[in-house]
Amino acid sequence: MSALVDIAGLTVGFRTAEGPVTAVRDVSFTVAPGETVCVVGESGSGKSVTSLSLMRLVEFGGGTILDGRLRFDAASGPLDVARADDATMRGLRGNEIGMIFQEPMTSLNPVFTIGRQMADGLRLHRRLGRAAARVRAVELLREVRIPEPERRLDQYPHELSGGMRQRVVIAMAMACRPRLLIADEPTTALDVTIQAEILALIDRLKRETGMAVLFITHDMAVVAQMADRVVVMRAGRVVETGPVERIFAAPQDDYTRALLAAVPRLGEMEGRSAPEPMRIPGAPAPVPRPAPPAGDATPVLEVRNLTTRFPVRSGLLRRVTAQVHAVEDVSFALAPGQTLSLVGESGCGKSTTGRSILRLVEPTSGEILLDGREITTLGGRDLRRLRRDVQMIFQDPFASLNPHMRLAEQVAEPMRNFGTARGRALSDRVTDLFDRVQLPRSFLARYPHELSGGQRQRVAIARALSVGPKVIVADEAVSALDVSVQAQVLNLLMDLQADLGLSFLFISHDMAVVERVSHHVAVMYLGRIVEIGPRAAIFADPQHPYTRTLLASVPIADPTRRRRFDRTDAAPIPSPVHPTGYVPPRARYREVNPGHRVLVDGA
Amino acid sequence: MRRLLTPRGIVGGTLVALVLAVALLAPLLVPDDWATRMDMLARLAPPSLAHPLGTDQLGRDLMWRVMLGARTSILIAGAAVLMSLVVGLPLGVISGYFGGWLDNVLMRIVDATLAFPALLLALTISAVLGPNLRNTIVAIGVAFTPYLARIIRGEALRVARMPYIEGARAAGTTDAMIILRHVLPNIMAPIIVQATISLAFAILAEAGLSFLGLGTQPPDSSWGLMIQASRDYLDRAPWTALVPGAAVALTVLGLNMFGDVLRDVLDPRHVAPAKPA
Repeated sequence: MSALVDIAGLTVGFRTAEGPVTAVRDVSFTVAPGETVCVVGESGSGKSVTSLSLMRLVEFGGGTILDGRLRFDAASGPLDVARADDATMRGLRGNEIGMIFQEPMTSLNPVFTIGRQMADGLRLHRRLGRAAARVRAVELLREVRIPEPERRLDQYPHELSGGMRQRVVIAMAMACRPRLLIADEPTTALDVTIQAEILALIDRLKRETGMAVLFITHDMAVVAQMADRVVVMRAGRVVETGPVERIFAAPQDDYTRALLAAVPRLGEMEGRSAPEPMRIPGAPAPVPRPAPPAGDATPVLEVRNLTTRFPVRSGLLRRVTAQVHAVEDVSFALAPGQTLSLVGESGCGKSTTGRSILRLVEPTSGEILLDGREITTLGGRDLRRLRRDVQMIFQDPFASLNPHMRLAEQVAEPMRNFGTARGRALSDRVTDLFDRVQLPRSFLARYPHELSGGQRQRVAIARALSVGPKVIVADEAVSALDVSVQAQVLNLLMDLQADLGLSFLFISHDMAVVERVSHHVAVMYLGRIVEIGPRAAIFADPQHPYTRTLLASVPIADPTRRRRFDRTDAAPIPSPVHPTGYVPPRARYREVNPGHRVLVDGA
Repeated sequence: MRRLLTPRGIVGGTLVALVLAVALLAPLLVPDDWATRMDMLARLAPPSLAHPLGTDQLGRDLMWRVMLGARTSILIAGAAVLMSLVVGLPLGVISGYFGGWLDNVLMRIVDATLAFPALLLALTISAVLGPNLRNTIVAIGVAFTPYLARIIRGEALRVARMPYIEGARAAGTTDAMIILRHVLPNIMAPIIVQATISLAFAILAEAGLSFLGLGTQPPDSSWGLMIQASRDYLDRAPWTALVPGAAVALTVLGLNMFGDVLRDVLDPRHVAPAKPA
């Protein structure tokens, strides 16, 4: 038995204001040389604490290793990391064990050049001189396929894109040829096309150098693409360990089963016309709801040539010198009782489109028709009235509720604003809404911080429902939630749609979720809709190159369908900033099939 | 209320309660003239049984003077901070919440005021209006307003960018209601801390003004006036400065500790969490 890492009985505690808390209890698993082990779990499962313990970094966060053995097979012979002294650990960190963190924005120091930061580790661990360190840094950057490595060395982190920064972080972690690479959610903050590249890169480096990878993630799809073996954690304990194929094909533990069931798999909706609820183990098998009346009914919301630009001011006089073309010539229609999804990567303008419809930002031009009524020109009282018909659910359930207001009050607020109910009727309605979104009535008098993320999102939904809107704009409404909670909230939204005939504008970056919930899909890129059509058509027969790239990049939660995405030259998204006076070309579309339109490029 | 019972909360709360009790009760229980009664035979006397904290250069009992002077000092500090809050709070909130040109205009005025040292500003106002109790309050109040307005604006700006404010707007809430129900409760904690700290500074400012002869006028006694009077006798009778100095220091300390704890108490996130079901 020659495991590189052998963790046995690891128990880690934290001291908090409420007393000691055991974050990880009796965790045991091994990592063999050249193997990728994925530790997967939802928030609070202790997966990050486990990896930080292996670096003995957990102590800097106030944790203590209470019990257990962390045997690491170092170059100088095996040692127990749990009992190693500081000098030994400094020799291991960054040298024999490399680490990649989640945020490429914050794990590089903004005030030093890339070259300086890379040289530090090389000079410390490899005793290289200045010139030699620079040569080696260039090699490393080339290894992670960064174009023009010599030039990058003199750049600062902010001059690089998120994907490039994460490559630099990986290059730094690889600098001393570690025997073990710990990657803690390395792609969670990245867009899906960049995620695909980074995953491919880590996999390739692993194969080329023979190092082992300990990969921490919450994403089952990433696990399926990356892992040799899987460790499933829940509430600080290991619930199941095994080879990736076995875990996905025949999970033993109930929790693993639940976790896998809740993950939407891209492509599984092929041949089905209407959205279907998510599977939740323990709950009865989902019954697909009958499709709402055909899409040729009068649209409840129609957007024509919507354009939203933000001014960029510069110079001493703060004059407007350029404009961010956030949304450019966007048109779509939303049928009653249906869901239209806007998908795209960060910065593509999907959120701005949603906010423009609510007039939370002012559109520059275009028409927005709600039930045939033009709303871009509304002001004052009429504008407020509009907000009764179009409600919004925001992404971050931790920031979208007022921390100083009781939940019942937050749900009642829109009704008070519009005077739709008062006194007894108001409190009855609030109670009904709590029942409707399946929150216990005992929560009425609570404050947001007492709830979990999923519960908070239910409050946000109750609040949006309270005034009986026709359209709900859900801006990444489930993106911050754990998968099992995400499935429940999505099912709640679909239930509400079927019962109340609501229309959703569903804004998301997650293709697999979008495939599950949408009737229609619009793919956005650089402020424009590049492709729009019925969900089945977009997913089965993508026409625009960007839609194809997007779909090809999505990791699939199935280890038998691994993708080798070894493209590393994806062009960075061009800047949406143009000087004032720039007139972008009108969007022209080619109709593939009725309702399925593709942007004609170069138009 | 349990959160008040930290060591810091107990010490701070006791100090503040003690000072308030003295300031309120001393004038009712102790005849006014005890603070001005002179004992020419016991001038600059060190602490003794007859004068537990000693006497000043006119043989006046320092214990009674510091107790009766508490009212003046606390009244001036409290009223001055209240005044700067009444002006600074709406100024700061409106500036931070609405932003734009309004914010620019208001904050340039505030910045211009900030360019003068607070004490110099108070000194000028007091000198122009004439030194008396009311004008001392006005002087300190005006001098402190821009500081509070700046801090409140910063907080309002931070809160105005929170998603729940956009959520409230999307729910059709009017600006006035958003400010009242969403912005104010969320900026209260830092404002209270700032106000208690300002209170401490106001006590010091009153002492400073009186020291320079532009604050409280004799025969009224205040802590600042006592410190001022002591300066010629520091070498011979240090207690004449130490007694009022200690009163100021303890009050400031108590207010700071109390302010810190109050901030925690007012935040619902610090309430012992109920078990999520």
